[in-house]
Amino acid sequence: MVRGIVFALTAAAVVPQCGPGSSTGTSGQNFQTITVNAGPAGDYLNGAFTSATVCVPGQSSCQTISGVLIDTGSTGLRVLSSALTLTLPQQNDASGSPLVECAQFLDGFTWGPIQTADVKLGSEQANAVPIQVIGSPAFSVIPAPCAAKGDPEDTLSALGANGILGIATFKQDCGSACVAAGASNPGFYYACPSSVCHETAVPLQNQVPNPVSLFASDNNGTVIQMPSVAAGGVVSTSGMLIFGIGTQPNNALGPAKVLTLDAQGNFSTNYGGIQYQSTYVDSGTNGIFFLDSRTTGLPICAMSTDFYCPTTLQSQTATNRGVNGVMSSVTFSVGNVDALSGRVAAASEVAGPNPRGFAWGLPLFYGRSVFTAIEGQPTSGGTGPYVAY
Amino acid sequence: MTKQSTSIGWLAAALLASAAPASGSLGGPAESVDADRVKLQGALMRMTRNDRFALHEIRAASGTLVREYVSPTGVVFAVVWEGPALPDFRQVLGDHFEDYRHAVREARTGRRGRGAFRASGRDFVVESSGHPRAFFGRAYLPSLLPQGLQPEEIR
Repeated sequence: MVRGIVFALTAAAVVPQCGPGSSTGTSGQNFQTITVNAGPAGDYLNGAFTSATVCVPGQSSCQTISGVLIDTGSTGLRVLSSALTLTLPQQNDASGSPLVECAQFLDGFTWGPIQTADVKLGSEQANAVPIQVIGSPAFSVIPAPCAAKGDPEDTLSALGANGILGIATFKQDCGSACVAAGASNPGFYYACPSSVCHETAVPLQNQVPNPVSLFASDNNGTVIQMPSVAAGGVVSTSGMLIFGIGTQPNNALGPAKVLTLDAQGNFSTNYGGIQYQSTYVDSGTNGIFFLDSRTTGLPICAMSTDFYCPTTLQSQTATNRGVNGVMSSVTFSVGNVDALSGRVAAASEVAGPNPRGFAWGLPLFYGRSVFTAIEGQPTSGGTGPYVAY
Repeated sequence: MTKQSTSIGWLAAALLASAAPASGSLGGPAESVDADRVKLQGALMRMTRNDRFALHEIRAASGTLVREYVSPTGVVFAVVWEGPALPDFRQVLGDHFEDYRHAVREARTGRRGRGAFRASGRDFVVESSGHPRAFFGRAYLPSLLPQGLQPEEIR
Protein backbone atom coordinates (compact mmCIF):
# COMPACT_ATOMS: atom_id res chain seq x y z
CA MET A 1 0.00 0.00 0.00
CA VAL A 2 2.61 2.51 1.05
CA ARG A 3 5.09 1.26 -1.49
CA GLY A 4 2.41 1.67 -4.15
CA ILE A 5 2.06 5.33 -3.28
CA VAL A 6 5.80 5.85 -3.54
CA PHE A 7 5.97 4.17 -6.92
CA ALA A 8 3.06 6.19 -8.26
CA LEU A 9 4.77 9.40 -7.18
CA THR A 10 8.04 8.27 -8.71
CA ALA A 11 6.41 7.73 -12.06
CA ALA A 12 4.65 11.09 -11.91
CA ALA A 13 7.86 12.88 -11.03
CA VAL A 14 9.80 11.51 -13.98
CA VAL A 15 7.34 12.50 -16.70
CA PRO A 16 7.92 16.29 -16.84
CA GLN A 17 10.91 17.47 -18.81
CA CYS A 18 13.96 18.45 -16.81
CA GLY A 19 15.07 21.10 -19.26
CA PRO A 20 15.86 24.68 -18.36
CA GLY A 21 12.93 27.02 -18.22
CA SER A 22 10.57 24.36 -16.96
CA SER A 23 10.66 25.78 -13.45
CA THR A 24 8.64 28.91 -14.14
CA GLY A 25 5.21 27.34 -13.88
CA THR A 26 3.44 27.46 -10.55
CA SER A 27 0.42 25.42 -11.51
CA GLY A 28 1.97 22.05 -10.63
CA GLN A 29 1.84 20.37 -7.28
CA ASN A 30 3.92 21.91 -4.53
CA PHE A 31 4.03 18.74 -2.46
CA GLN A 32 5.04 15.13 -2.38
CA THR A 33 4.49 12.11 -0.19
CA ILE A 34 6.44 11.29 2.94
CA THR A 35 6.61 7.69 4.09
CA VAL A 36 7.74 6.72 7.56
CA ASN A 37 8.90 3.12 7.41
CA ALA A 38 12.03 1.08 8.06
CA GLY A 39 13.69 2.73 5.09
CA PRO A 40 15.91 1.24 2.38
CA ALA A 41 18.23 -0.38 4.94
CA GLY A 42 15.22 -1.91 6.70
CA ASP A 43 16.12 -0.89 10.24
CA TYR A 44 15.02 2.73 10.73
CA LEU A 45 12.80 3.87 13.59
CA ASN A 46 10.99 7.17 12.94
CA GLY A 47 12.69 7.96 9.66
CA ALA A 48 10.69 10.19 7.26
CA PHE A 49 11.54 9.18 3.71
CA THR A 50 10.69 10.65 0.33
CA SER A 51 11.95 10.62 -3.25
CA ALA A 52 14.10 13.17 -5.02
CA THR A 53 14.66 13.46 -8.76
CA VAL A 54 18.04 14.62 -10.02
CA CYS A 55 18.71 15.48 -13.65
CA VAL A 56 21.82 16.33 -15.62
CA PRO A 57 21.59 20.15 -15.68
CA GLY A 58 19.59 21.38 -18.64
CA GLN A 59 18.96 17.88 -19.94
CA SER A 60 16.15 15.36 -19.77
CA SER A 61 18.21 12.50 -18.38
CA CYS A 62 16.99 12.15 -14.82
CA GLN A 63 16.88 9.65 -12.01
CA THR A 64 14.42 9.43 -9.15
CA ILE A 65 15.96 8.25 -5.93
CA SER A 66 13.66 6.84 -3.28
CA GLY A 67 14.41 6.31 0.40
CA VAL A 68 15.83 9.79 0.92
CA LEU A 69 15.63 10.93 4.55
CA ILE A 70 13.90 14.28 5.12
CA ASP A 71 16.08 16.25 7.52
CA THR A 72 15.07 19.69 8.78
CA GLY A 73 18.24 19.63 10.91
CA SER A 74 20.74 19.83 8.04
CA THR A 75 21.01 21.62 4.72
CA GLY A 76 21.51 20.19 1.26
CA LEU A 77 20.71 17.21 -0.92
CA ARG A 78 23.13 14.28 -0.54
CA VAL A 79 22.75 10.97 -2.32
CA LEU A 80 24.72 7.78 -1.99
CA SER A 81 26.98 7.09 -4.95
CA SER A 82 25.76 3.49 -4.77
CA ALA A 83 22.17 4.67 -5.37
CA LEU A 84 23.05 7.00 -8.26
CA THR A 85 23.23 5.60 -11.79
CA LEU A 86 23.16 9.00 -13.49
CA THR A 87 26.48 10.69 -14.30
CA LEU A 88 26.43 14.29 -13.07
CA PRO A 89 28.98 17.03 -13.80
CA GLN A 90 31.68 17.50 -11.18
CA GLN A 91 32.01 20.93 -9.57
CA ASN A 92 35.56 22.29 -9.56
CA ASP A 93 37.30 25.10 -7.77
CA ALA A 94 38.82 28.12 -9.53
CA SER A 95 41.98 26.17 -10.41
CA GLY A 96 40.04 23.29 -11.89
CA SER A 97 40.44 20.85 -9.00
CA PRO A 98 37.40 18.78 -8.06
CA LEU A 99 35.53 19.95 -4.96
CA VAL A 100 34.85 17.22 -2.41
CA GLU A 101 33.03 17.62 0.88
CA CYS A 102 33.37 16.32 4.40
CA ALA A 103 29.89 17.14 5.71
CA GLN A 104 29.69 16.92 9.48
CA PHE A 105 26.81 15.27 11.31
CA LEU A 106 26.27 14.40 14.96
CA ASP A 107 27.40 10.83 14.57
CA GLY A 108 29.99 11.09 11.83
CA PHE A 109 30.53 12.56 8.41
CA THR A 110 29.68 12.03 4.74
CA TRP A 111 32.60 12.22 2.30
CA GLY A 112 32.15 12.66 -1.42
CA PRO A 113 32.34 14.98 -4.42
CA ILE A 114 30.18 18.04 -5.09
CA GLN A 115 28.32 17.57 -8.35
CA THR A 116 25.67 19.64 -10.06
CA ALA A 117 22.08 18.60 -10.76
CA ASP A 118 18.68 19.99 -11.58
CA VAL A 119 16.66 18.91 -8.56
CA LYS A 120 12.94 18.16 -8.88
CA LEU A 121 10.63 17.76 -5.90
CA GLY A 122 6.91 17.53 -6.61
CA SER A 123 6.52 19.86 -9.59
CA GLU A 124 9.11 22.27 -8.24
CA GLN A 125 12.55 22.49 -9.77
CA ALA A 126 15.86 24.04 -8.79
CA ASN A 127 18.43 24.30 -11.55
CA ALA A 128 22.16 23.54 -11.44
CA VAL A 129 22.19 22.78 -7.71
CA PRO A 130 25.42 21.67 -5.99
CA ILE A 131 24.69 18.35 -4.29
CA GLN A 132 26.96 15.89 -2.53
CA VAL A 133 27.48 12.41 -3.95
CA ILE A 134 28.39 10.36 -0.89
CA GLY A 135 30.99 7.62 -1.01
CA SER A 136 32.07 7.98 -4.62
CA PRO A 137 34.75 5.42 -5.53
CA ALA A 138 36.49 8.18 -7.52
CA PHE A 139 37.40 9.90 -4.23
CA SER A 140 38.02 6.98 -1.93
CA VAL A 141 40.84 8.44 0.16
CA ILE A 142 39.41 10.31 3.16
CA PRO A 143 41.78 13.07 4.33
CA ALA A 144 42.97 12.73 7.93
CA PRO A 145 41.27 15.92 9.23
CA CYS A 146 37.95 14.61 7.88
CA ALA A 147 38.47 11.10 9.27
CA ALA A 148 39.12 12.74 12.67
CA LYS A 149 35.43 13.81 12.75
CA GLY A 150 34.36 10.25 13.56
CA ASP A 151 33.01 7.51 11.34
CA PRO A 152 32.15 7.75 7.63
CA GLU A 153 28.45 7.33 6.77
CA ASP A 154 29.15 6.57 3.14
CA THR A 155 27.20 3.34 2.57
CA LEU A 156 23.55 2.30 2.78
CA SER A 157 24.23 0.28 5.90
CA ALA A 158 26.01 3.19 7.57
CA LEU A 159 23.54 5.91 6.49
CA GLY A 160 20.30 3.91 6.67
CA ALA A 161 18.99 5.91 3.70
CA ASN A 162 19.75 6.37 0.00
CA GLY A 163 20.33 10.04 0.67
CA ILE A 164 19.47 13.01 2.85
CA LEU A 165 17.23 15.89 1.81
CA GLY A 166 18.45 18.64 4.13
CA ILE A 167 15.81 21.38 4.36
CA ALA A 168 16.94 23.25 7.46
CA THR A 169 16.49 26.99 7.90
CA PHE A 170 20.05 27.63 6.65
CA LYS A 171 20.46 28.36 2.94
CA GLN A 172 23.87 26.69 2.71
CA ASP A 173 25.30 23.73 4.58
CA CYS A 174 28.29 25.69 5.86
CA GLY A 175 27.71 29.37 5.18
CA SER A 176 30.12 32.25 5.62
CA ALA A 177 32.56 30.24 7.77
CA CYS A 178 33.53 28.22 4.68
CA VAL A 179 33.98 31.31 2.49
CA ALA A 180 37.09 32.38 4.39
CA ALA A 181 40.36 30.47 4.00
CA GLY A 182 42.66 29.70 6.90
CA ALA A 183 42.42 28.28 10.38
CA SER A 184 38.88 29.59 11.00
CA ASN A 185 37.52 27.50 8.12
CA PRO A 186 35.67 24.54 9.67
CA GLY A 187 36.93 22.17 6.99
CA PHE A 188 33.80 21.15 5.14
CA TYR A 189 35.21 21.56 1.64
CA TYR A 190 38.31 20.09 0.06
CA ALA A 191 40.01 20.55 -3.30
CA CYS A 192 41.31 17.27 -4.68
CA PRO A 193 43.75 17.84 -7.56
CA SER A 194 44.95 14.25 -7.01
CA SER A 195 44.22 11.56 -4.43
CA VAL A 196 45.66 14.08 -1.96
CA CYS A 197 43.08 16.68 -0.94
CA HIS A 198 43.43 19.93 0.95
CA GLU A 199 40.87 22.07 2.78
CA THR A 200 39.63 24.95 0.69
CA ALA A 201 37.37 27.99 0.87
CA VAL A 202 34.16 27.94 -1.20
CA PRO A 203 31.92 30.89 -2.10
CA LEU A 204 28.33 30.71 -0.84
CA GLN A 205 26.86 30.09 -4.28
CA ASN A 206 29.03 27.00 -4.76
CA GLN A 207 28.21 25.46 -1.39
CA VAL A 208 25.57 22.76 -1.04
CA PRO A 209 22.26 24.64 -0.59
CA ASN A 210 18.78 23.86 0.64
CA PRO A 211 17.34 23.12 -2.83
CA VAL A 212 13.96 24.58 -1.82
CA SER A 213 15.58 28.02 -1.51
CA LEU A 214 16.39 27.84 -5.26
CA PHE A 215 12.90 26.99 -6.51
CA ALA A 216 11.33 29.63 -8.76
CA SER A 217 8.38 29.84 -6.35
CA ASP A 218 7.31 28.25 -3.05
CA ASN A 219 10.92 28.83 -2.03
CA ASN A 220 10.60 30.35 1.44
CA GLY A 221 10.34 27.12 3.40
CA THR A 222 8.58 23.82 3.85
CA VAL A 223 5.71 22.24 5.74
CA ILE A 224 5.75 18.68 7.02
CA GLN A 225 2.27 17.30 7.69
CA MET A 226 1.99 13.98 9.46
CA PRO A 227 -0.97 12.07 10.90
CA SER A 228 -1.06 11.14 14.59
CA VAL A 229 0.48 7.82 15.55
CA ALA A 230 -1.26 5.86 18.31
CA ALA A 231 0.64 4.45 21.29
CA GLY A 232 2.44 1.25 20.41
CA GLY A 233 3.37 2.56 16.99
CA VAL A 234 2.69 1.41 13.44
CA VAL A 235 4.64 -0.40 10.75
CA SER A 236 4.37 2.61 8.47
CA THR A 237 2.53 5.86 8.02
CA SER A 238 2.54 8.58 5.40
CA GLY A 239 2.25 12.33 5.24
CA MET A 240 3.08 15.32 3.07
CA LEU A 241 6.11 17.45 2.37
CA ILE A 242 4.76 20.78 1.11
CA PHE A 243 6.91 23.50 -0.43
CA GLY A 244 6.39 27.15 0.43
CA ILE A 245 4.82 28.85 3.43
CA GLY A 246 1.72 30.97 2.85
CA THR A 247 2.16 30.79 -0.92
CA GLN A 248 -0.65 28.35 -1.76
CA PRO A 249 -3.93 27.23 -0.19
CA ASN A 250 -2.22 24.11 1.17
CA ASN A 251 0.62 25.80 3.06
CA ALA A 252 -1.05 28.56 5.07
CA LEU A 253 0.30 29.08 8.58
CA GLY A 254 -3.17 29.16 10.08
CA PRO A 255 -3.07 29.06 13.89
CA ALA A 256 0.57 27.87 14.01
CA LYS A 257 2.80 29.75 16.46
CA VAL A 258 5.92 31.24 14.87
CA LEU A 259 9.08 30.71 16.96
CA THR A 260 12.05 32.61 15.59
CA LEU A 261 15.54 31.16 15.94
CA ASP A 262 18.98 32.41 16.95
CA ALA A 263 22.00 32.42 14.63
CA GLN A 264 22.64 28.77 15.42
CA GLY A 265 19.09 27.73 14.53
CA ASN A 266 18.01 27.22 18.15
CA PHE A 267 15.40 28.46 20.61
CA SER A 268 14.71 27.58 24.27
CA THR A 269 12.38 25.36 26.26
CA ASN A 270 10.90 25.57 29.74
CA TYR A 271 10.54 22.29 31.60
CA GLY A 272 9.69 22.04 35.28
CA GLY A 273 10.15 25.78 35.71
CA ILE A 274 13.68 25.85 34.29
CA GLN A 275 14.53 27.45 30.94
CA TYR A 276 16.86 25.31 28.80
CA GLN A 277 18.79 26.83 25.89
CA SER A 278 19.84 25.31 22.55
CA THR A 279 16.55 23.62 21.74
CA TYR A 280 15.88 22.64 18.13
CA VAL A 281 13.30 20.95 15.92
CA ASP A 282 14.70 18.26 13.62
CA SER A 283 12.76 15.78 11.48
CA GLY A 284 16.01 13.81 11.10
CA THR A 285 16.11 13.09 14.83
CA ASN A 286 14.11 9.97 15.59
CA GLY A 287 12.80 10.78 19.06
CA ILE A 288 12.28 13.58 21.53
CA PHE A 289 15.62 13.79 23.28
CA PHE A 290 15.53 15.83 26.44
CA LEU A 291 17.42 16.30 29.68
CA ASP A 292 18.42 13.30 31.79
CA SER A 293 17.01 10.65 34.10
CA ARG A 294 17.82 12.66 37.22
CA THR A 295 15.77 15.61 35.97
CA THR A 296 12.92 13.76 34.27
CA GLY A 297 12.62 10.73 36.55
CA LEU A 298 12.45 8.54 33.44
CA PRO A 299 14.61 5.39 33.51
CA ILE A 300 17.05 4.53 30.71
CA CYS A 301 16.25 1.38 28.71
CA ALA A 302 18.06 -1.84 29.54
CA MET A 303 18.64 -2.65 25.86
CA SER A 304 18.31 0.57 23.84
CA THR A 305 20.50 2.52 26.22
CA ASP A 306 20.11 5.89 24.55
CA PHE A 307 16.33 5.89 25.05
CA TYR A 308 13.98 6.23 28.00
CA CYS A 309 11.96 3.18 29.06
CA PRO A 310 9.26 3.97 31.64
CA THR A 311 7.16 0.90 32.43
CA THR A 312 3.96 2.78 31.58
CA LEU A 313 3.31 5.60 29.13
CA GLN A 314 4.26 8.91 30.72
CA SER A 315 2.77 12.26 29.71
CA GLN A 316 5.22 15.18 29.63
CA THR A 317 4.75 18.88 28.99
CA ALA A 318 7.27 21.51 27.98
CA THR A 319 6.90 25.05 26.69
CA ASN A 320 8.98 26.23 23.77
CA ARG A 321 9.93 29.88 23.50
CA GLY A 322 11.14 31.51 20.30
CA VAL A 323 13.77 34.24 20.24
CA ASN A 324 10.78 36.52 19.54
CA GLY A 325 9.28 35.56 22.91
CA VAL A 326 6.40 33.60 21.38
CA MET A 327 5.60 30.56 23.50
CA SER A 328 3.98 27.28 22.59
CA SER A 329 3.55 24.32 24.91
CA VAL A 330 3.84 20.72 23.79
CA THR A 331 2.39 17.69 25.53
CA PHE A 332 4.05 14.47 24.48
CA SER A 333 4.27 10.92 25.71
CA VAL A 334 7.27 8.82 26.60
CA GLY A 335 7.02 5.05 26.34
CA ASN A 336 9.09 1.91 26.61
CA VAL A 337 11.26 1.72 23.49
CA ASP A 338 12.54 -1.75 24.39
CA ALA A 339 8.92 -3.00 24.42
CA LEU A 340 8.10 -1.70 20.90
CA SER A 341 7.44 -4.41 18.37
CA GLY A 342 10.45 -4.98 16.11
CA ARG A 343 8.17 -4.37 13.12
CA VAL A 344 7.18 -0.89 14.29
CA ALA A 345 8.87 1.89 12.31
CA ALA A 346 6.78 4.88 13.45
CA ALA A 347 6.15 5.53 17.15
CA SER A 348 5.26 8.76 18.91
CA GLU A 349 6.50 7.74 22.38
CA VAL A 350 10.16 7.44 21.42
CA ALA A 351 12.29 9.64 23.68
CA GLY A 352 15.69 9.64 25.27
CA PRO A 353 18.23 11.68 27.19
CA ASN A 354 20.09 14.67 25.79
CA PRO A 355 23.30 16.15 27.20
CA ARG A 356 21.65 19.56 26.92
CA GLY A 357 18.11 20.85 26.52
CA PHE A 358 15.60 19.50 24.04
CA ALA A 359 15.83 18.01 20.55
CA TRP A 360 12.33 17.78 19.10
CA GLY A 361 12.54 14.94 16.61
CA LEU A 362 9.97 13.26 14.40
CA PRO A 363 7.42 12.51 17.18
CA LEU A 364 6.76 16.29 17.39
CA PHE A 365 5.67 16.14 13.74
CA TYR A 366 3.05 13.41 14.30
CA GLY A 367 -0.42 14.94 14.28
CA ARG A 368 0.88 18.39 13.33
CA SER A 369 1.86 20.68 10.50
CA VAL A 370 5.40 21.85 11.22
CA PHE A 371 6.73 24.83 9.23
CA THR A 372 10.44 25.45 8.61
CA ALA A 373 11.13 28.94 7.22
CA ILE A 374 14.42 29.56 5.42
CA GLU A 375 16.71 32.36 6.61
CA GLY A 376 16.21 35.71 4.90
CA GLN A 377 13.10 34.61 3.01
CA PRO A 378 9.89 36.60 3.56
CA THR A 379 6.79 34.62 4.50
CA SER A 380 3.26 35.35 5.64
CA GLY A 381 4.54 34.85 9.22
CA GLY A 382 7.55 37.14 8.91
CA THR A 383 11.05 36.61 7.60
CA GLY A 384 12.87 33.33 8.29
CA PRO A 385 14.53 31.66 10.07
CA TYR A 386 11.74 30.26 12.17
CA VAL A 387 9.89 27.09 13.01
CA ALA A 388 6.13 27.13 13.47
CA TYR A 389 3.64 24.49 14.51
CA MET B 1 47.64 5.91 32.43
CA THR B 2 43.89 6.14 32.60
CA LYS B 3 43.47 5.15 36.22
CA GLN B 4 45.78 7.50 38.09
CA SER B 5 44.44 8.24 41.51
CA THR B 6 47.41 9.33 43.54
CA SER B 7 49.87 12.14 43.26
CA ILE B 8 52.57 9.57 42.55
CA GLY B 9 50.44 8.44 39.65
CA TRP B 10 50.19 12.00 38.46
CA LEU B 11 53.96 12.35 38.64
CA ALA B 12 54.38 9.18 36.59
CA ALA B 13 51.93 10.52 34.06
CA ALA B 14 53.75 13.81 33.88
CA LEU B 15 57.09 12.08 33.38
CA LEU B 16 55.66 9.87 30.67
CA ALA B 17 54.19 12.92 29.01
CA SER B 18 57.51 14.71 28.99
CA ALA B 19 59.27 11.62 27.62
CA ALA B 20 56.93 11.26 24.66
CA PRO B 21 55.03 13.89 22.73
CA ALA B 22 51.62 14.35 24.28
CA SER B 23 49.05 12.99 21.87
CA GLY B 24 45.55 13.83 22.73
CA SER B 25 43.73 14.50 25.85
CA LEU B 26 41.02 12.30 27.27
CA GLY B 27 42.75 10.02 29.76
CA GLY B 28 46.00 11.88 29.24
CA PRO B 29 47.90 14.16 31.58
CA ALA B 30 47.01 17.79 32.17
CA GLU B 31 49.89 18.78 29.90
CA SER B 32 48.07 17.34 26.90
CA VAL B 33 45.56 20.19 27.15
CA ASP B 34 48.23 22.41 25.69
CA ALA B 35 48.88 19.96 22.87
CA ASP B 36 45.19 20.18 22.05
CA ARG B 37 45.31 23.95 22.07
CA VAL B 38 48.17 23.90 19.56
CA LYS B 39 46.53 21.29 17.34
CA LEU B 40 43.19 23.09 17.37
CA GLN B 41 44.97 26.36 16.56
CA GLY B 42 43.02 27.70 19.47
CA ALA B 43 43.33 30.13 22.32
CA LEU B 44 43.02 29.27 26.00
CA MET B 45 39.96 31.28 26.98
CA ARG B 46 39.81 30.60 30.67
CA MET B 47 40.92 28.24 33.33
CA THR B 48 38.95 27.71 36.50
CA ARG B 49 39.75 25.46 39.40
CA ASN B 50 37.79 24.07 42.31
CA ASP B 51 38.44 21.27 44.77
CA ARG B 52 37.08 18.67 42.36
CA PHE B 53 38.61 19.62 39.01
CA ALA B 54 40.39 22.23 36.92
CA LEU B 55 38.56 23.34 33.80
CA HIS B 56 40.49 24.50 30.74
CA GLU B 57 38.48 26.12 27.96
CA ILE B 58 39.99 26.35 24.49
CA ARG B 59 38.42 28.23 21.61
CA ALA B 60 39.41 26.45 18.41
CA ALA B 61 40.03 28.63 15.37
CA SER B 62 36.81 27.27 13.86
CA GLY B 63 34.87 28.87 16.73
CA THR B 64 34.14 25.61 18.53
CA LEU B 65 34.79 25.61 22.27
CA VAL B 66 36.57 22.63 23.78
CA ARG B 67 36.47 22.27 27.56
CA GLU B 68 38.78 19.80 29.23
CA TYR B 69 38.23 18.65 32.82
CA VAL B 70 41.36 17.76 34.75
CA SER B 71 41.18 15.82 38.01
CA PRO B 72 43.16 16.83 41.12
CA THR B 73 45.49 13.96 40.22
CA GLY B 74 46.30 15.62 36.91
CA VAL B 75 44.37 13.46 34.45
CA VAL B 76 41.90 14.71 31.80
CA PHE B 77 38.73 12.80 32.69
CA ALA B 78 36.20 14.60 30.49
CA VAL B 79 36.07 16.64 27.29
CA VAL B 80 33.18 18.84 26.15
CA TRP B 81 32.73 20.41 22.71
CA GLU B 82 30.30 23.14 21.72
CA GLY B 83 30.10 25.08 18.49
CA PRO B 84 29.57 25.22 14.75
CA ALA B 85 31.99 22.43 13.82
CA LEU B 86 32.91 19.09 15.34
CA PRO B 87 36.32 19.09 17.02
CA ASP B 88 39.25 16.98 15.85
CA PHE B 89 38.15 13.92 17.83
CA ARG B 90 41.41 12.11 17.17
CA GLN B 91 43.14 14.93 19.02
CA VAL B 92 40.78 15.65 21.90
CA LEU B 93 39.83 12.03 22.58
CA GLY B 94 43.38 10.77 22.09
CA ASP B 95 43.68 7.09 22.91
CA HIS B 96 39.89 6.91 23.19
CA PHE B 97 39.18 7.91 19.58
CA GLU B 98 38.68 4.28 18.56
CA ASP B 99 36.46 3.76 21.63
CA TYR B 100 34.39 6.69 20.36
CA ARG B 101 34.02 5.27 16.85
CA HIS B 102 33.18 1.85 18.21
CA ALA B 103 30.60 3.20 20.67
CA VAL B 104 28.85 5.28 17.99
CA ARG B 105 28.68 2.31 15.64
CA GLU B 106 27.23 0.16 18.44
CA ALA B 107 24.64 2.80 19.30
CA ARG B 108 23.56 2.95 15.68
CA THR B 109 22.94 -0.77 15.20
CA GLY B 110 19.49 -2.15 15.82
CA ARG B 111 17.14 0.78 16.36
CA ARG B 112 18.58 3.25 13.95
CA GLY B 113 18.20 7.01 13.94
CA ARG B 114 20.37 10.03 13.38
CA GLY B 115 19.50 12.07 16.44
CA ALA B 116 21.11 12.89 19.73
CA PHE B 117 22.73 9.83 21.20
CA ARG B 118 24.43 8.34 24.20
CA ALA B 119 26.96 5.60 23.60
CA SER B 120 29.31 3.81 25.90
CA GLY B 121 32.16 1.36 25.90
CA ARG B 122 34.36 -0.07 28.58
CA ASP B 123 34.89 2.86 30.97
CA PHE B 124 33.99 5.34 28.22
CA VAL B 125 30.79 7.35 27.68
CA VAL B 126 29.96 9.83 24.94
CA GLU B 127 26.79 11.91 24.68
CA SER B 128 26.13 14.05 21.65
CA SER B 129 23.44 16.51 20.65
CA GLY B 130 22.76 19.38 18.28
CA HIS B 131 22.86 19.75 14.52
CA PRO B 132 25.20 21.19 11.89
CA ARG B 133 26.25 24.72 13.03
CA ALA B 134 25.38 23.94 16.68
CA PHE B 135 27.03 20.79 17.96
CA PHE B 136 27.34 19.87 21.63
CA GLY B 137 28.78 16.78 23.22
CA ARG B 138 30.75 15.36 26.08
CA ALA B 139 32.95 12.32 26.53
CA TYR B 140 34.16 11.08 29.87
CA LEU B 141 35.82 8.21 31.66
CA PRO B 142 33.45 7.08 34.46
CA SER B 143 36.17 5.51 36.60
CA LEU B 144 38.04 8.81 36.75
CA LEU B 145 35.13 11.10 37.69
CA PRO B 146 35.99 12.88 40.93
CA GLN B 147 33.88 11.69 43.83
CA GLY B 148 30.53 13.43 43.98
CA LEU B 149 30.68 14.83 40.44
CA GLN B 150 27.62 13.87 38.39
CA PRO B 151 28.08 13.37 34.64
CA GLU B 152 25.36 16.00 34.04
CA GLU B 153 27.63 18.57 35.65
CA ILE B 154 30.13 18.11 32.81
CA ARG B 155 29.05 20.79 30.39
